[in-house]
Amino acid sequence: MAGGAEFWRAGAVAWWAEGPGGLRAADWAAVRFTLWQALLSAALSVMLAVPIARALARRRFVGRGVLITLMGAPFILPSLVAVLGLLAVFGRAGLVNQGLGALGLGQINIFGLHGVVLAHVFYNLPLATRILLQGWAAIPAERFRLAASLGFGPQASFRQLEWPMLRDLAPGAFLVIFLICLTSFSVALTLGGGPRATTVELAIYQAFRFDFDMGRAALLALVQFGLCAAAGVLAWRVTLPSALGGGMDRPVQRYDMGGAALRLWDGALIAGGALFLVLPLALVALRGLPHVAGLPPEVWHSAARSLVVAIGATGVTLAMALALAHAVLALGGGRGAVLEWLGLAALAASPLVVGTGLYLLIRPFANPRDLALLVTVLVNAAMALPFALRLILPALRAVQDSHGRLADSLGLHGLARLRILSLPRLRRPLGFAAGLTAALSMGDLGVIMLFAEREGATLPMQLYRLMTAYRLDDAAGTAVVLLGASLALFWACDRWGRGHAEA
Amino acid sequence: MLRLDDVAIMQGGFALGAVFAVAQGERVAVIGPSGAGKSTLLGAIAGFVPVASGQIFWGAAEITRLPPAARPLSILFQDNNLFPHLSAAENVALGLKPSLRLTAAEQAHVAHALARVGLAGLEARRPAQLSGGQQSRVALARVLLRQKPLLLLDEPFAALGPALKAEMLALLAEICTETGATLLMVTHDIADARAIAPEVILVAEGRAEGPFATGALLENPPPALRAYLG
Repeated sequence: MAGGAEFWRAGAVAWWAEGPGGLRAADWAAVRFTLWQALLSAALSVMLAVPIARALARRRFVGRGVLITLMGAPFILPSLVAVLGLLAVFGRAGLVNQGLGALGLGQINIFGLHGVVLAHVFYNLPLATRILLQGWAAIPAERFRLAASLGFGPQASFRQLEWPMLRDLAPGAFLVIFLICLTSFSVALTLGGGPRATTVELAIYQAFRFDFDMGRAALLALVQFGLCAAAGVLAWRVTLPSALGGGMDRPVQRYDMGGAALRLWDGALIAGGALFLVLPLALVALRGLPHVAGLPPEVWHSAARSLVVAIGATGVTLAMALALAHAVLALGGGRGAVLEWLGLAALAASPLVVGTGLYLLIRPFANPRDLALLVTVLVNAAMALPFALRLILPALRAVQDSHGRLADSLGLHGLARLRILSLPRLRRPLGFAAGLTAALSMGDLGVIMLFAEREGATLPMQLYRLMTAYRLDDAAGTAVVLLGASLALFWACDRWGRGHAEA
Repeated sequence: MLRLDDVAIMQGGFALGAVFAVAQGERVAVIGPSGAGKSTLLGAIAGFVPVASGQIFWGAAEITRLPPAARPLSILFQDNNLFPHLSAAENVALGLKPSLRLTAAEQAHVAHALARVGLAGLEARRPAQLSGGQQSRVALARVLLRQKPLLLLDEPFAALGPALKAEMLALLAEICTETGATLLMVTHDIADARAIAPEVILVAEGRAEGPFATGALLENPPPALRAYLG
């Protein structure tokens, strides 16, 4: 199923790429910029995450659990809300520039390469921190006890216990973030742009919307697919860590706590990281909350549209993930592994590449603009599929291992098996996957920009319009609505998953 | 009558050959060293382990390639015999109708089966709210309700204490008498075999053979069994 879609997508894109319009110098600049910013973003995120995760791993304090939970939030945070928050801190009239101005110093400019990298680090530093924190949590407590009995100080602990773990995990964390940043669209759209800071994803959009050059858009889409596929293959060889799992809020009894200076250093790191994460969002919330009530009606209309998209995408993703997970297990062995790989391969297909392909496929039969919302639902569903599959497949495998034979011996098949065995046992990962998908779809600004007209905007698209029109109060109010809706959707789904007191 | 005709089971490097017949209503213990293939043998009869060659008959009907649920048997595994998210009544009812959509008469059957194993009033409990012995009783209630002519037990009572296990074996014997079921029971405990199985099948050195009269075999065991019995 996923394989077929992949094939047709690639076919449609390649077919059109035969047509007129080659790549220009600016397009190659976009390729270089894409790789460079992704490299910088991933390297910075992982390098900064190491000391922060280390500090979090060895300190215990009030609010530690909350902070670690919060670090999972950027995953479901709409990217435009993040951008708006970063503008409030680092933008022209932001806190930092106000401070610099008061001191009579020069201004910083957030637009361009450093702005894009800043936003990506904001997004991915918490992800990297969580991945590494899992690594720290996985070092057995006995190991630290042994280290203490041998008189290890912080440095010896690092070399003997922590460095081997980092060597295993950091490359995977780097590649995941690199892959995420390769397909960056909305950050590049808002903080980048121009000949010096355009990503391939953004170039596809521009070729599509402004130049109406389908051939070039398709060619760029091919280039982007190549980049992502190459990175995806690399990432596949390095087993990817997952930041979704639990077990990170368990502090380990440590003996290499060092003295007051180290304590101060850890405290500063944790406070700095928390501030970097919380301050931008707090500023958006503060500015936006008073304006929520006075938002124009089109904002609420687009909110309703986004809600439909989110719910639709969630339904499609869960159905696909469940079907795929069952098929993977039913086929088993090599063929099942291939199917699983195809399901996860959607990680490497960027929204605009898929969108370009779908646009070209639909055009002979219908006006793609009429199907904007449907396409958005499908693309969002495809984007969320790898995450959902990662959550659901292991859980289903565990259910089959423990109770599959009993179900077989009782003749529990088909829909009855789904209803009586699989769904109740999978409720927790299903709820979590639904929450992720709904929040991601709610906040996604991607393929909709290729398709939608003015009247068919989703909430993120509406927010983008308000931002570019410098209606910043309305934008902040809309951002609050968007953030609230994303978090509420995630919370509701996840809660549903946990609600059932399982035996 | 259960009959295995030149059955060969291959799993990776493991091979097991089985030739035996068990008369209807007979109670047979399956014994042998661990790793010899006792569970594999039951798995093949139940349809979970593919048979490389040979045939399995129940009476005149060949069941070698039937899916597990289509075979005329009930099986109890070492663990996971109950679904943890379903109540005791639902777990039993699955034996009647996998859709769980029961008529009033069928619900009465379920309640009756639970009462028969001594669990009246506990219908709504989940497995986690039941003791180990009670969980075994729920599984036996389902066996009772399914009324299959062949019953395979893969050491479902191994985790119970001696007194509780004896209780379960007694209940099991009663159920077999009531339903007239043929019993094949894997066990590590020779006392179990003596207690309820007049005959044993010996699984050792790649072969499943028997049935032998329990007393005679245990008094004069062949070398492989002697090594196992110690």
